[in-house]
Amino acid sequence: MAAVIDRSALAAVALDEAEYRAIVRAIGRDPNDLEIGMFGAMWSEHCAYKTSRALLRQLPTEGPHVLQGPGENAGAVDIGDGLAVVFKIESHNHPSAIEPYQGAATGVGGILRDVFAMGARPIAILDALRFGPLDSGRGRHLFQGVVAGIGGYGNCFGCPTVGGEVYFDDGYADNPLVNAMCVGVVRHDRLRRARADRAGDVVLLVGADTGRDGIHGATFASVEMDDRSSERRPAVQVGNPFLEKLLCEACLRLNELDGVTAIQDLGAAGLTSSASELAHRGRRGIDIDVDRVSRREQGMSAYDVMLSESQERMLIVVRPDAEASAREVFDHFELHADRIGTITGTGRMRVREQGALVADLPLKALVDGVPLRTPAAAFAEKRPAPVMPAVEEPEAVLLDLIASPNLRSRRPIYRTYDHQVQDNTVTGPGFDAALLRVPGTNKGVAMTTDGNSRYVALDPYEGTKAAVAEAARNIVCTGARPIAVTNCLNFGNPERPLIFGQLQESVRGLADACRALELPVVSGNVSLYNETSERNIPPSPVIGMVGLLDDLSLRCPAGFQEDGDIVFLLGETHEELAGSEYLRLLGAPLEGRPPIVSFEAERRLHAAMLDSIGKGVLRCAHDVSDGGLLIALAESALYGGRGLRCPGIAGPVSREAAYFGESQGRIVVSVAPRRVPELQKLMSKHHVPLQAIGVVGGEDLQVGSDIRISLETLRQAWETPF
Amino acid sequence: MVFPGTWSDRDCAHAVLDVLQEPVRYIDHREQTVDDVDLVILPGGFSYGDYLRCGAIARFAPVMEAVADFAHRGGLVLGICNGFQILQEARLLPGALLRNASCEFRCEWVHLRVEQSNSAFTLDCRPGQVLRIPISHGEGNFFADADTLDALERNGQVVFRYCAVDARVTAESNPNGSLGNIAGISNAHGNVVGMMPHPERACEPLLGGDDGLILFRSAIRALTRVAV
Repeated sequence: MAAVIDRSALAAVALDEAEYRAIVRAIGRDPNDLEIGMFGAMWSEHCAYKTSRALLRQLPTEGPHVLQGPGENAGAVDIGDGLAVVFKIESHNHPSAIEPYQGAATGVGGILRDVFAMGARPIAILDALRFGPLDSGRGRHLFQGVVAGIGGYGNCFGCPTVGGEVYFDDGYADNPLVNAMCVGVVRHDRLRRARADRAGDVVLLVGADTGRDGIHGATFASVEMDDRSSERRPAVQVGNPFLEKLLCEACLRLNELDGVTAIQDLGAAGLTSSASELAHRGRRGIDIDVDRVSRREQGMSAYDVMLSESQERMLIVVRPDAEASAREVFDHFELHADRIGTITGTGRMRVREQGALVADLPLKALVDGVPLRTPAAAFAEKRPAPVMPAVEEPEAVLLDLIASPNLRSRRPIYRTYDHQVQDNTVTGPGFDAALLRVPGTNKGVAMTTDGNSRYVALDPYEGTKAAVAEAARNIVCTGARPIAVTNCLNFGNPERPLIFGQLQESVRGLADACRALELPVVSGNVSLYNETSERNIPPSPVIGMVGLLDDLSLRCPAGFQEDGDIVFLLGETHEELAGSEYLRLLGAPLEGRPPIVSFEAERRLHAAMLDSIGKGVLRCAHDVSDGGLLIALAESALYGGRGLRCPGIAGPVSREAAYFGESQGRIVVSVAPRRVPELQKLMSKHHVPLQAIGVVGGEDLQVGSDIRISLETLRQAWETPF
Repeated sequence: MVFPGTWSDRDCAHAVLDVLQEPVRYIDHREQTVDDVDLVILPGGFSYGDYLRCGAIARFAPVMEAVADFAHRGGLVLGICNGFQILQEARLLPGALLRNASCEFRCEWVHLRVEQSNSAFTLDCRPGQVLRIPISHGEGNFFADADTLDALERNGQVVFRYCAVDARVTAESNPNGSLGNIAGISNAHGNVVGMMPHPERACEPLLGGDDGLILFRSAIRALTRVAV
């Protein structure tokens, strides 16, 4: 084999010379071009987590209900009745910045495959999106393209898009974020691991033919972007949701057969990554014959085939005696399957082309051998919160806030997504958390994504704690008990000390919060190098969370239900305005200490909520988050189509903080008048402070003498189009 | 009926089997006959990805000849969403479904006014009755040339129109630009109905409403009546 150090090949795959030397040490010789390409993809930040892996070890990943933690295609958690939920969130930021429609579409496609590779039927998709302002042509192009791509893929595939979030901030103007989460359901005994542990098994490549699309996609996702990034458009793949639907049905049917050893999707780094990972997990080796791979075009090299990121492909490992029955399944769905290799006992990945050995690598080095990076960390200096003039016209501020891009109704977006297909959507998009029926049961699974990057920018530790706490609060508002977490850590270039410092503090906050709230992290994804022409995105951890509701009849809505019901605020309000949407609206600098989560208060609040909803005391519940209390009250009024009469909001804090502060650990609830004593008793039992806010009814939102806005006016502002 | 890319098949089966307790079997697109069933549902989805005009490929599926025979013999056929598009492509129903006027996919609950109770799927409805049923489509903008439209209206083949909650047929209640707010039509005999809204999604209060059940119940009654 050639033994020439090709520095341009090295640069093309974003490996540094120390990493090159580590490769030489591991394989005992110079790698050839193909091998450099394979190492480059496998040792990319995207695939190897070389910068984040050491930090991620802090995360709690175990719990009594965890069936599968990180390290597989997705995590899995027991939900009783012999069923499990399988879920994961993943980023597709870089491709979406270049080609928003296909970038977002294939992001959805990738996460769906992760879930059905585990044997689970995908039942829901959520998307956490971040964009720059819509007043620029590029901002609007990215926003429209991404939203259309998500809908285009999910709608055609037939999995409902039930939730997520969309935020706008100047910091995402160059580099939008597209994080897609998928939730699936599977019987325990059909939960599948992508582990090829039997030498002699046959490796089948099923689905799309392999093209030149997406070559070096994993590498591309692991470097900063610049003005020439649009030239990477060929590194963005093109999705075919129809083919994915067939693949999904075939895999689910295959999953019922005996003799199927492993199912693995092809994502970043294509065949190289999926083949090596499934063989390495099973502590075996794998031989691949690239000539057997069906291609879209002529003249493709082994390099192209091994690194293509063509979408809608799966690797299936079967016992030789099961190949025929597997092929029957593929035939039924009119899918093409190539027998491209075999599982061996060698611990190596060997690639042959025209009979010649063109790559021969030890799997341990390829999959697990990357030298971890520990960049220098630095921390931004904390500055005091800006001092702003007192609010003079709270009514006008409330209307401006509820019409602002971050707080207005998301209906124009989610109505372009099919959020009902599969007949399980009990509470769809637009509320704190989505709630889906677990098919065939009377149980509900609640799901949400959260993350406020303004808090994280102010204090990565506290901001990430807040993201976990808010996600959990969203889940408990439906009546469901939070059970597990997935996460997507979107940050800038970690080679910059301030950025690595953000990541380090953020992961510490995530670990502490998950531990405090007893939530195992079962899957996740890290997206670094979200930097364009030296501008980095705001630090943006996104938390995906799933909860379980044992009896759907106990679910709790978010809107006011009956006139005459009494509205309370649970939790404590502090003088906390830094990082708020209110200050953003005023154009204040982003400075100060973000709202601080008290784990103790949060735990008590969640227990009190579940106790109250379980006893049927609450008529509605809605989390107080972005925009503060008045926004939460306005939303509950709009959801329920009923006004609110509030004599005034008294408290120890300023009027601004009371109305628009975003103190954590707060929930607005309503109860029937006769059940007020019961609520008071429950809150006192759980040591949760409560404050009477007002009475449901009328056509207006009325707060003391400060605010009187008709629901109609409020709705018009809220429904400001994008 | 399951074509490659169909996805409402399981939802329709859920409505008919789990909710209404009537037996269901999935018909594969390659089957040659549907003579063993009483009612054929062409569910929603993206048959063959609908990368071409919606339903344009599915109508060539081997089973479609059997469906046409079945329909011509008076068998009950319901086309929902993509199923409606396929029935049009197969010329079992007139007109065409264009891209939504908004040029966007729309998934939301809408109100439908039942225009006639002669079709097999509206027997149990009264004309003027308002049903709340969701839509979920990008290409549901009903179009037909003036003569066809006139004939549909004259013959009472317009089965559903998009309307306001109080049954008024208004421009605001039209989610996709359909001519005459038409949401569903039947053939001349009333045994074949196509509609863009998804009644199978409106069969349980838990999921937001059960107004869709009346369509399936009507069909069951129509079948019972024929049998007697």
